[in-house]
Amino acid sequence: MTEFVQHLVNGLSLGTIYALIALGYTMVYGVLKLINFAHGDIYMVGAFAGYYIAGAAALRDAPSIARASLVTLGAMLLCGALGYLIERFAYRPLRHRPRLTALITAIGVSFLLEYGFQLQFKGSRFPPGPTPRVFPILVKREPVGWLDAIGVNLSNYDLIGLGVALGLMLGLQWIVYRTRFGTAMRAVSFDPQVAGLMGIPVNRIISWTFVLGSALAAAAAIINATFRPRIDPLFGLMSGLKAFVAAVLGGIGSVPGAMVGGLVLGLAEEYVAGYTLSSYRDAIAFAVLILVLLVRPEGLFGRATVEKV
Amino acid sequence: MGLARGVLRSVLPFLVGLPLLLALQALLDARGWDDVSLILINVGVNVVLAVSLNVVNGFTGQFSLGHAGFMAVGAYTAAKITLGFTGLQIAFLPEAISDHVIFAFALGCGMATAALAGFLVGMPSLRLRGDYLAIVTLGFGEIIRSIVENMRFLGQATGLSGIPRLTNVTWAGVGAVATFAMARRLAVSTQGRALFAIREDEVAAEAMGVDTTGYKVRAFVISAAYAGLAGGLIVHVLQLATPRSFTFIRSIEVVVMVVLGGLGSITGSILAATGLTIALEALREFEQFRMVVYALLLVAFMLLRPQGIFGTRELWDLKLLRRLGWPRTAAAGPAGAAPTEVRDDGVGGRR
Repeated sequence: MTEFVQHLVNGLSLGTIYALIALGYTMVYGVLKLINFAHGDIYMVGAFAGYYIAGAAALRDAPSIARASLVTLGAMLLCGALGYLIERFAYRPLRHRPRLTALITAIGVSFLLEYGFQLQFKGSRFPPGPTPRVFPILVKREPVGWLDAIGVNLSNYDLIGLGVALGLMLGLQWIVYRTRFGTAMRAVSFDPQVAGLMGIPVNRIISWTFVLGSALAAAAAIINATFRPRIDPLFGLMSGLKAFVAAVLGGIGSVPGAMVGGLVLGLAEEYVAGYTLSSYRDAIAFAVLILVLLVRPEGLFGRATVEKV
Repeated sequence: MGLARGVLRSVLPFLVGLPLLLALQALLDARGWDDVSLILINVGVNVVLAVSLNVVNGFTGQFSLGHAGFMAVGAYTAAKITLGFTGLQIAFLPEAISDHVIFAFALGCGMATAALAGFLVGMPSLRLRGDYLAIVTLGFGEIIRSIVENMRFLGQATGLSGIPRLTNVTWAGVGAVATFAMARRLAVSTQGRALFAIREDEVAAEAMGVDTTGYKVRAFVISAAYAGLAGGLIVHVLQLATPRSFTFIRSIEVVVMVVLGGLGSITGSILAATGLTIALEALREFEQFRMVVYALLLVAFMLLRPQGIFGTRELWDLKLLRRLGWPRTAAAGPAGAAPTEVRDDGVGGRR
């Protein structure tokens, strides 16, 4: 019982992070039909952005909620800008080319970020270089005693992480379904050409979609880094791929699907790794992906598309 | 008659290549240029990888990102066999020859297991297309690596060490020539034509009666087998097989070579693999910039020249060479086909 609930807590906290990253994949796929391979690396950049902001604002010694939110918002802004730049300069020129071209470019951008961040110049603190850095403590970790009776560790980190993630997801849900921008975004994802004819500024909508997705990835990175403070330029790769699996699991292009997919994947990973072999942890996500694509390629919430010739 | 010509065409590259390779090897050994032979072996292995990946990514127009996984399968199989045979000698054969006979057997087994892995992976995943296929093959590659990492008899994360150093310039060269001959023979065969048809328009090909899944799986299996060969070759020069040498990054390196040379161009892949390997060797002191350069090249090429250096053409199709009176083969493989520019965006892509 103890073990089961503990895995549930850990799985949920992992799952919300996957869900937040998966949202970026799913939104970009919705409007562009492109797997933004670099998204996992934007997530990584988010963690480093937080690290540098915290360093610049000398937050190392005085953790507090206000400063944590400052760091989070700063990282979200920086990553949003990065997402915009990537879209503008790497993807937009390729908009009308075959999709594979854009996919290869995305892989290129991803590697550029990963290995660009692994460079090291003398006397400069940026890029961080290949050695892992320790993310500063933004909020003091305090155990919450709710589940002590059954011997489960629960800290305020779990609650804050879950709260922030849920808040962001609800906010996104509101943006997508209740605002003009969201309506425009859904129209673009339905059919970019017709949306353009209806007077929707397609390019601007796509840019903002990237900004939004990247900002969510940055928030996920900060939440993740408070739990697991070791950050290095390659840590986004695996999380990014797993979040992509989550997006596919939920039905790529579907916003609620990404959230559910992320949670399911996080829980699946935690339980399978917890009860069987933990060294197969990374393989689990891919096994899930392959199963989903074989059994139900449109995902849990996706619509099956019929190819017209 | 036709059969005899076919066999001759398959054997001819070896008849020409083998004496040259043996001479080169003798020269290198006599001079003691070990670094040069190491670079040449690397070039050979990368040519095998790039050309074999081109069969899937270039000829067939599918996008596989799992080449390193098949490499790992071939590498571990071959390494296990040569390790098992160390100290043994085949009767009536001198030691040097006996070792190489065993090595050839090991490489063959590596190719066979890699082909089997390719079949098992390809069968389910080739139902998918484009970016999904890319991700699934990537996933399979990582799963293969993960399995290897967890197998005790494969040495887990530390891998297998003490593998005899059997790969030399001749072996690497023979591998490269074999892959080239395979790709070339494939390109002018019925099978190759079917692959090009699938690349140009899968739906149309299927409507014309091409068994698309069957041909795709076959292309995948062939490609995986040669990846296994490359894996077998590389571990017998590094004398070490670890899961870390077969990560997804290795697959990307091969993809870069293929894309740079031009998807669908055999000579393009060969040139890109050779050029990149030598260039990176020359830039060894800038090791940390290596992958950054790879990434920049990839993005720059996609933005400026997405068809790669050669596109789908071969070296001998270039105007310059044709003007020089280069003998142009009658049925020049992919060159005869329409340029590959899949217009799947419905906008009528700009070329």
